[in-house]
Amino acid sequence: MVERLIQEASSFAGSIDGLIALVMVLVGFWLILAEAVFFWLIFRFRAKPDVRTQYITGKEKHLKRWITIPHALVLVCDVFIIVGAVRVWYNVKQHLPEADYTVRVIGQQWAWVFQQPGQDGELDTADDIYTTDNLYVENEKTYHFELTSRDVLHDFSVPVFRLKQDAVPGRTITGWFRPTVAGTFDIQCAEICGIGHGVMLGHINVQTASEHEQWIAQHSPASAQ
Amino acid sequence: MAQTHEHGAHADHGPQGILKYIWSTDHKIIAMQYLFTGMFMAMVGGFMAYVFRMQLAFPGTSVPLYGVVSPAEYNALITNHGSIMIFWVAMPVLIAAFGNFCIPLMIGADDMVFPRINRLSYQVFLLSVLVVLASLFVPGGGFGGAWTSYPPLSANSAYNLTRLGASMWLTAVALEFVAFLLGGINFITTLMNSRAPGMKAYDIPMTPWMIVIASIVFMLSVGPLIAGAIMLLFDQNLGTGFFDPNRGGDPILWQHLFWFFGHPEVYVVLFPAIGMVIDIIATFARKKLFGYKIILYTAVATAVLSFFVWAHHQFIAGIDPRMANIFTVTTLLISVPIAEMLFVSIATLYGGSIHLTTPMLWALAFIGEFLIGGVTGIFLGASGADVYLHDTYFVLAHFHYTFFPIAIIGTFAAFTYWFPKMFGKMMDDRLGKIHFWGTVIPFNVIFIPLFVLGLGGQHRRIYNFQNFPELQHMQPLRILATGALIVMLFFQIFFFWNVIKSWISGPKAPKNPWKANTLEWTADSPPPHGNWPPDQLPKVYRGPYEYGHPDAPEGMDYWPQNLPPQNQPARG
Repeated sequence: MVERLIQEASSFAGSIDGLIALVMVLVGFWLILAEAVFFWLIFRFRAKPDVRTQYITGKEKHLKRWITIPHALVLVCDVFIIVGAVRVWYNVKQHLPEADYTVRVIGQQWAWVFQQPGQDGELDTADDIYTTDNLYVENEKTYHFELTSRDVLHDFSVPVFRLKQDAVPGRTITGWFRPTVAGTFDIQCAEICGIGHGVMLGHINVQTASEHEQWIAQHSPASAQ
Repeated sequence: MAQTHEHGAHADHGPQGILKYIWSTDHKIIAMQYLFTGMFMAMVGGFMAYVFRMQLAFPGTSVPLYGVVSPAEYNALITNHGSIMIFWVAMPVLIAAFGNFCIPLMIGADDMVFPRINRLSYQVFLLSVLVVLASLFVPGGGFGGAWTSYPPLSANSAYNLTRLGASMWLTAVALEFVAFLLGGINFITTLMNSRAPGMKAYDIPMTPWMIVIASIVFMLSVGPLIAGAIMLLFDQNLGTGFFDPNRGGDPILWQHLFWFFGHPEVYVVLFPAIGMVIDIIATFARKKLFGYKIILYTAVATAVLSFFVWAHHQFIAGIDPRMANIFTVTTLLISVPIAEMLFVSIATLYGGSIHLTTPMLWALAFIGEFLIGGVTGIFLGASGADVYLHDTYFVLAHFHYTFFPIAIIGTFAAFTYWFPKMFGKMMDDRLGKIHFWGTVIPFNVIFIPLFVLGLGGQHRRIYNFQNFPELQHMQPLRILATGALIVMLFFQIFFFWNVIKSWISGPKAPKNPWKANTLEWTADSPPPHGNWPPDQLPKVYRGPYEYGHPDAPEGMDYWPQNLPPQNQPARG
């Protein structure tokens, strides 16, 4: 469903789309059923001359089960959705897989600043590469991001990754992603952050291993010395 | 009764002339004050929606009747559209206007218990209206930090650039809360103390019950937010750092205070709407409610659960990820009582004799549309799916599918139903139906495309989506939604035309035009100050939904609550 509107480009995008599809099927069933019964009742019991309304209190057992059985079934559907939601949530947000690389993402009014390790592979060393509004990552590698903000709340959202996390000043929030498709994708700021919120656009450039190696080599301050 | 006496005195020595309408303690006049103020604010909020939807459909072009929309103005427009529609339209109209009008009349009282507090409530509310409207015109412009007003953006004028606008907006919201606390005290006390002789708890119609449950939920949830609002005002103006991380504060604290109120608030406006809709459905289906107590108990269960779901607004805000699991469970559980309430409303149609009058069409549309709003909430309550959908247009479309049925469809249902009682005239049914279809069809054409945009990854509160390459191809959907909005706004002309025409030259309304059971239909249309002659206050002999009762008087498919029993005992 969602993948037909916007491509999936991370390892967990498929599981999130699958969860959305599961919810769509379950609640879609209930919605269509409830609306069908609703419209049928309006048609079936439309006012007709000489037909007197029935006196039904809702306490009659054979009628009450039309409420109690759906009640129980809605609860069962809820359990399915809760299990699916918690499983996806655990994998995306609660569990951190082993990282190949770690990058730092800093939101500020109104730009994204990215700090990533240079050729030494270590963050916070002299050869770190700083970029603005463009993050360059290697395909099929697991990245940890350390997300923070310099001023107000921002939100680091990469729709093709199905990734979203608020950036909070004073806190560093660690998350992860693993790109699966090479290309250039949008980063949107998803939390209102002032008058420049609408132009706080970034790009994530997913490169092949050789392209990325080359990019690192070109941009490491150490190699330039 | 002391109150009766007091009212007698009011009728003699109360304000005269124009003061009768602006300084009155009569609950019906105060209801009208809230109603007309709310309708005026709905026009303001609707105009704002028109301006920013035009900007989204045709970015950068000059909007007719407004001009070019700057990013700062765009933010101020969406912020104030949201705040106005919730705090200055949904609440004053659904709770204050219909609560004030219906509660005393439906429980057989001559007025509210505290008429002067009631008058004060409206006056404080009016002050809040003036402050929020003025905030749009101060130097720097209106506040543009979204209706949720998250700090540090809202707390620091270096970030939001609207020093005066932000503080005035916050002051207006706080004043509005004060007004509704005063009103809520009145509703709860009146329902407890002023019911007609014989009206037991389960004889109270759903409208008063639901407005009172809503008032209780409001009073229990708003305290933390008022405290938060004061702290935020201090952060803005006195240099405190409650929400400033650089000085030991925590911006996420605000989110907890806000949503601890903000989520119950959804039910605060839902309950009055659903109560009125259920009353209207029972009247025009000529049916006893399918399970009066089920509706009441599911409302109470929803009210209690609504205090334990707030953090589903904050799944990705930086809270401990383990917390999300708890709030996913509570959020999905709340779907059970709400679903059951809707199932019972639908089941009430079974075996009825359904008259599709204008109020009934609105009431049925509420059920049909709110179902969509309800089920799309499940996507967002499921934490794993919310990672993607949070703060997208899917959220926006979801809550408009709840708030629009509540605040617009529910209000039109109630307004067209009680219009004969309020103004003593019948409305034009044909104009009413044109207005109904001209509102409900465009409503769906506005918001179904927005669901699709949200699923396509479009986020909220962005003034021009042309900046985002992945979102450019969906521009036709934005234009479709904007076009439908303009059609919907156009059809509101039929409503105002109908109101003015019916008020001036409509046929005179009898006491009980809909052949309904509840007590307000035993008073004159419109009821005088005091509602009934002091010696003729109604007595209650049965529940409010005895339609088609086999023991009802010969030839009547309804059995008014106040009609003394003929031969059989009042209660079987």
